[in-house]
Amino acid sequence: MFNITALRVTPKQLLWVKLVFHLIGLIPIAWLVFTVLSGRAGGDPVQHIIHFTGIGALNALAATLLISPLAKGLKLGWLMQTRRLVGLYVFAYATLHIVAFFSLDLLFAWELFFSEVAKRPYILVGALAYVIVTALALTSFKALMRKMGRRWQTLHNGVYIVAILAPIHFYWSVKSEIIEPSLYILGFSLLLAWRLPIWQKKRSSRIAMAAEGKR
Amino acid sequence: MANQSRFTPGILKKARWHIQDNQVTPESVFKARRHIVKAMGLGAIGASVPGYVQAGLFDLFGEQPKTSFITTPLTFEANGRFGKDEVLTPVDKVTTHNNFYEFGTSKQDPSDNAQQFKVDPWQLRIEGEVERPMTLDYQDLTKLFPLEERIYRLRCVEAWSMVIPWVGFPLAALLKKVGVTSKGKYVAFETAFEPEQMPGQKSRLMGGGIHYPYVEGLTIAEAMNELTLMSVGLYGKTLPPQNGAPIRLVVPWKYGFKSIKSIVRIRVMDKQPPTSWNQLAPHEYGFYANVNPAVDHPRWSQASERRIGEGGLFSAKRIDTQPFNGYGEFVASLYEGMDLRQFY
Repeated sequence: MFNITALRVTPKQLLWVKLVFHLIGLIPIAWLVFTVLSGRAGGDPVQHIIHFTGIGALNALAATLLISPLAKGLKLGWLMQTRRLVGLYVFAYATLHIVAFFSLDLLFAWELFFSEVAKRPYILVGALAYVIVTALALTSFKALMRKMGRRWQTLHNGVYIVAILAPIHFYWSVKSEIIEPSLYILGFSLLLAWRLPIWQKKRSSRIAMAAEGKR
Repeated sequence: MANQSRFTPGILKKARWHIQDNQVTPESVFKARRHIVKAMGLGAIGASVPGYVQAGLFDLFGEQPKTSFITTPLTFEANGRFGKDEVLTPVDKVTTHNNFYEFGTSKQDPSDNAQQFKVDPWQLRIEGEVERPMTLDYQDLTKLFPLEERIYRLRCVEAWSMVIPWVGFPLAALLKKVGVTSKGKYVAFETAFEPEQMPGQKSRLMGGGIHYPYVEGLTIAEAMNELTLMSVGLYGKTLPPQNGAPIRLVVPWKYGFKSIKSIVRIRVMDKQPPTSWNQLAPHEYGFYANVNPAVDHPRWSQASERRIGEGGLFSAKRIDTQPFNGYGEFVASLYEGMDLRQFY
């Protein structure tokens, strides 16, 4: 597929890398708990918690989508093995995001929850993204991956749909702050554009030419 | 003002909401708690924490917010006509959960960023279609009119609400003092423009893209309504800057964004003035912005609201929103014959 010889990583080292990634994923949650309990997040931190976990899900998604460009660009093949771990943090943060909305904002009002999902386009878009993320998380086991074969890859290409829906959900949900959501839209556009066939072809032909040159 | 005789200038009566002495954490217990916090090595972190504790959740740093802004007790008369049966939102939540984009768009930004805001000297100019334009100085804000306390519900368009004991005077008193001319049909308000002091006015990223200074407006009938209050304090003390010090508007039957903060200019006009949120998104925020459970905002159902009361994160309640925020008996007549779906 691509050159993975640049930097070899032993299984033990990979374990450490994964541990660091877990810490990167968990520390913000610990920080959130601390800020809320200590009052740093204000007198009614509901909105802060919902926003923080939502941004967390977006960041984890960006990180997931950044892994393969980085692995290919820097020739770090082992990096690909961390992608599932990072991807599951998207699911974790998105789940916290929705649980916070449902429990802290709506105070477990089921009817209101479903009517809001149906009525508010921005929530509907977010809900669609979450359904896909959930499907990806549930099928993330290696055994299932083998069992599903090619259909697994088709399903997991759904992450690209999430990468379109999630930043739109963010953009639509804010009152007037458009700079931050715009940056996310731009970032995800770049991450998706990198995957367009036209760029992939150019890149592979350039790599092939470079390889020939070397010989 | 039947209760005038009970009123002793210069002395603050103990108000209903003041907690009993036996409900206050004894100092020894408080200090012991500080000691535990220190022993846990959390002291340094705790000291940098500006906010207060989410009561009932985890009473680790249980103390008043460390504000460097000094609020002072006010002399006022309690007006018992409003909000008698309401449970007040604790002062800590009222002062740390604010929408005041001049100091940042997050709810806790204003209490974090507004403490150095200078409110004295202050000048509030009243002009336009009035017979006697005037300028109020800082002292005038609390001295020119007798102050009264009113417990009002505050309903935010984001579908949360609070109950707040405001101290202030009716806007009608001020308008009568300056004498509105026959051409005066609307009242326009303007927030201070101080980019050096208000970081949200300096940076678009912090200020949420609003075109500053923030402006708001009322019809003259709304402005003269007895509910419309010029507030200079809450919970018996002068306003902290995050709540709109030194003087703000309170229009309890309208969504919170109508109640413009830190006012420097009131202009009586013959035309409807522009309003900030309406300029930003006219299809979302109308000029009237009356609380109306039947008219949803595109992003928030207005049928119910989350009442922020005492206690921790899960103690809030979801309650049905009332037309005109429950003040219909005082204000519904102002809108007779108007289609409130059109004039939202």
